[in-house]
Amino acid sequence: MTHLPPRFSDWFAARGWSLHPHQAEMLARAADPALLLIAPTGGGKTLAGFLPTLLDLAEGGHSGLHTLYVSPLKALAADIRRNLTTPVVEMGLPIRIEDRSGDTSYTQKRRQRADPPHILLTTPESLALLISYEDAPRIFAGLQRVIVDEIHALAESKRGDQLMLALSRLQTLAPGLRRVGLSATVEDPAAIARSLACAPAPCAILHADPGPEPDIAMLVTEERPPWAGGGARYAIPAVLDEVRRHRTTLIFHNTRAQAELFFHNLWLANDDDLPIGIHHGSLSREQREAVEAAMVAGQLRAIVCTGSLDLGIDWGDVDLVIQIGAPKNVKRLIQRIGRANHRYNAPSKALLVPANRFEVVECVAALEAARAHDLDGDPKGPGPRDVLCQHILIVACAGPFGADALYAEVRSVGAYATLDRADFDACLAFCATGGYALRAYDRWQRLVERDGLWHLRDPRAAQRIRMNIGTIQDTDTLKVRLRGSFKPLGEVEEAFAATLTPGDTFLIGGQIVRYEGLRELTVEVSRDRGRQPRIATFMGTKFATSTQLSARILRMFRQDDWPALPAHTAQWLAQQRAVSRLPEADRILVESFAHDGRAHSCFYGFAGRNAQQTLGLLLTQRMEALGLQPLGFVATDYATLVWGLEPLRDAAALFDADDLRAGFETWLAGNAVMKRTFRAAATIAGLIERNLPQARKSGRQATFSSDILYDTLMKYDPDHLMLRITREEAMRGLVDFGRIEEMLARSRGRIDHVTLDRVSPLAAPMLLEMGRVPIAGEGRERLMADVAAELMALAGIEVE
Amino acid sequence: MTGVMMSLAGRRLTALPSGALWDAGAATLCVSDLHLGKSDRIARRAGLMLPPYDSRATLDRLAEEVTRCDPRVVVCLGDSFDDLASADALDADCQASLLRLQAGRRWIWIEGNHDPGPVDLGGMHLRDWRDGALTYRHIAQAGESGEISGHYHPKFALPGVGGARPCFLHDARRIILPAFGAYTGGLSARAVELRALMGPGACAILTGRVALRVPLI
Repeated sequence: MTHLPPRFSDWFAARGWSLHPHQAEMLARAADPALLLIAPTGGGKTLAGFLPTLLDLAEGGHSGLHTLYVSPLKALAADIRRNLTTPVVEMGLPIRIEDRSGDTSYTQKRRQRADPPHILLTTPESLALLISYEDAPRIFAGLQRVIVDEIHALAESKRGDQLMLALSRLQTLAPGLRRVGLSATVEDPAAIARSLACAPAPCAILHADPGPEPDIAMLVTEERPPWAGGGARYAIPAVLDEVRRHRTTLIFHNTRAQAELFFHNLWLANDDDLPIGIHHGSLSREQREAVEAAMVAGQLRAIVCTGSLDLGIDWGDVDLVIQIGAPKNVKRLIQRIGRANHRYNAPSKALLVPANRFEVVECVAALEAARAHDLDGDPKGPGPRDVLCQHILIVACAGPFGADALYAEVRSVGAYATLDRADFDACLAFCATGGYALRAYDRWQRLVERDGLWHLRDPRAAQRIRMNIGTIQDTDTLKVRLRGSFKPLGEVEEAFAATLTPGDTFLIGGQIVRYEGLRELTVEVSRDRGRQPRIATFMGTKFATSTQLSARILRMFRQDDWPALPAHTAQWLAQQRAVSRLPEADRILVESFAHDGRAHSCFYGFAGRNAQQTLGLLLTQRMEALGLQPLGFVATDYATLVWGLEPLRDAAALFDADDLRAGFETWLAGNAVMKRTFRAAATIAGLIERNLPQARKSGRQATFSSDILYDTLMKYDPDHLMLRITREEAMRGLVDFGRIEEMLARSRGRIDHVTLDRVSPLAAPMLLEMGRVPIAGEGRERLMADVAAELMALAGIEVE
Repeated sequence: MTGVMMSLAGRRLTALPSGALWDAGAATLCVSDLHLGKSDRIARRAGLMLPPYDSRATLDRLAEEVTRCDPRVVVCLGDSFDDLASADALDADCQASLLRLQAGRRWIWIEGNHDPGPVDLGGMHLRDWRDGALTYRHIAQAGESGEISGHYHPKFALPGVGGARPCFLHDARRIILPAFGAYTGGLSARAVELRALMGPGACAILTGRVALRVPLI
């Protein structure tokens, strides 16, 4: 057991605290080059991370920066600063603590560079900006420790890759630097440890006591869940009952739109006027901060929220977490449940509310997985090269660099440990000359090599590079504000705004507003007295059900009966088995039936929403070629339903893996999702600038030009680095072709094609699904011609 | 070639799906706002290295129309070059393509705001060009009629079906051409500047696979 100096042990004793075992272990191993601590929320994780720093600094004598703390959220950095200040002030420690983010004032930032605090709390983007300055070597010279908080959240995105590249730079500037990662429960701690360590140095993993098992169940309601939809409106009375029975309830939703709708309906039913707030990423900062403050002050009984509350800010006395809609991912569920009951040794309590009949199955599968500690997650691919391109530019901003030294430094990052020299050189060439097959920019290249070192050709370029640091891709959003007011209500996606016509009503921030018009890239609205919005929803991130959870559902289907399921759902599955068959993991079930005068086919791939969507596009492309005249399709996490004019006779022919892959290649060329993937990569890599020095370029123009750049590259330089990156990215994310490959691998051509005389029980909910996709091609041209002719006739314009 | 027929000053003109204007009677092909050398200028000015294939792409599309129509006269309606320096910097390959296109026909460069002076390439250089009742110039002038111009890069989106496409604007007095060049953004046909120029009964003709006429509402 490590002994604390008296000043610390007295302080602990005065509060009636003792050192947790994992805090002691972190202290004992403080000299390790890298350490990863896995601890549940509220387990004294932050203090465990900072104690060695506080002890180091307690005697004074260190000047300059000692410890850098990086978290994914600005708010978290500010929160931690407040929490750390308490022990520092109470023990009278000579330690200066400051945070730094996009919100920090210019003067404060200048001062921090000239005279860094002992502990600096920041975000990956602000750190990337710091290392781009010429004086970075001086700022970081005495740096001893870096603490990466919520590293599990960062590790899932390119922000984590950017951060680890920045740490490799810091390691060069401060060779004694030790790294600490703090993580929630994850499926593969070793992978996170590898990403944190300075390769090939090891990284020990410490586990805090996970505390008692959480108490999770499915919310049982009088009313049955509906067949389709995601609103879970049926459960509102039961949810209100639970809110009444608990002190503070967090009500999580998978999308912002669903959170808005649910909040609206909750208030319509909230006869006791319970104080309930809403919190999600599309709301204005003012609104979010107001809700956060009310929450901390204990003024709210419930908060309807999305992933924006996923990360570890301490919201106080939450004693119940309700998850509306199936948790698409067990790991995320566990992390959300951890938000309840921060007190040691009290179990977290959570309820799952399926939004529809299929989600009942998903919820039960997720409960089983959670109880079995079977967490899901996809192994991460190698370090993304668009992030590397940005890093090269950032390094160039700080001063001249040698290619060999930078390559060695980059290879010390876990995710880039296997990067080969040719790939590195391709990224460097892209940064220097654009990397085109046609050598066009010899006079204007961005980086030039002189005496073996790479320099910015024009040092003024540094300003533009710094303005575009970061890997977060904001979807193009427009601010929403009340007409005649300057206060924003929140944001909607540009694509949603484009569908609005004046008079349309929609929900934002829990109120119904009427669309009045677009003014200088702001959506102007007025208040509406109506009780039902006409347009229910704006878009939002949709998570796909994880591979592991899909597999578990398929395993459940093999059971003879389903005692764990509510009777209505078990009967539904039994009926499906009687009239058709249940989908199996090692086969693909296809059901064909006529409905509403159209031929329908339902393809049960269980590949997750994004991959099923991509599959829909590929299958309809093949069906069009076969003359089946598909008209449209809709995709869910488990199936794709296609309708058209001609019935499908031979389903197996559609699933030839080589044909699908070939189709994928052609389809890549013109697809809007691919173009969006390209735009993201090109923006991160610095081909397209999000922010310009003077006039801000609107998202609309950026959309336009990046599509043209994509088309031009596809035609004239198809092997260009940006297109290679785009193809790789398409295996994951929105296109998710990797999961189609996974589906083909497990089914290996075993197709069960069942022809039915009517809709099957499992396919029936698909007919009610939102988000139908019309088939592009000749159909769209015909549709456009029809609309145009109609408008001409309406306008009374005669054409000779 | 599924173009849309239009009348202007008693002449019959065709809006081609590519964004070029074809006067079959006078065998005149007109394109506007080629912005050749745009990627070069952006590299020079902003240090951004966009795919340097825009001039190649624009000239390839122009060559398709020239081959199809076989015009006696080609009018480039201004802003043919992104600036005068980029006209000089046009690579040998693109210069050769231009030379091939110009062979055996009359080639008129109209001055634009981006290229307000003669360029060192073949063809005649004019502020504006009159062909009978028609006037070809870069920027439309209020009160003119029989006028064919470019400059604004108009684009238009059909409500509910797909994104905006570059378009022609047409009314009794004038035709405004879409930009023909790659890497050219656009201005909504509903923007005030364009509304002020276009009279009642104006139509937009969308470019794309086929040209499509819609009322400008």
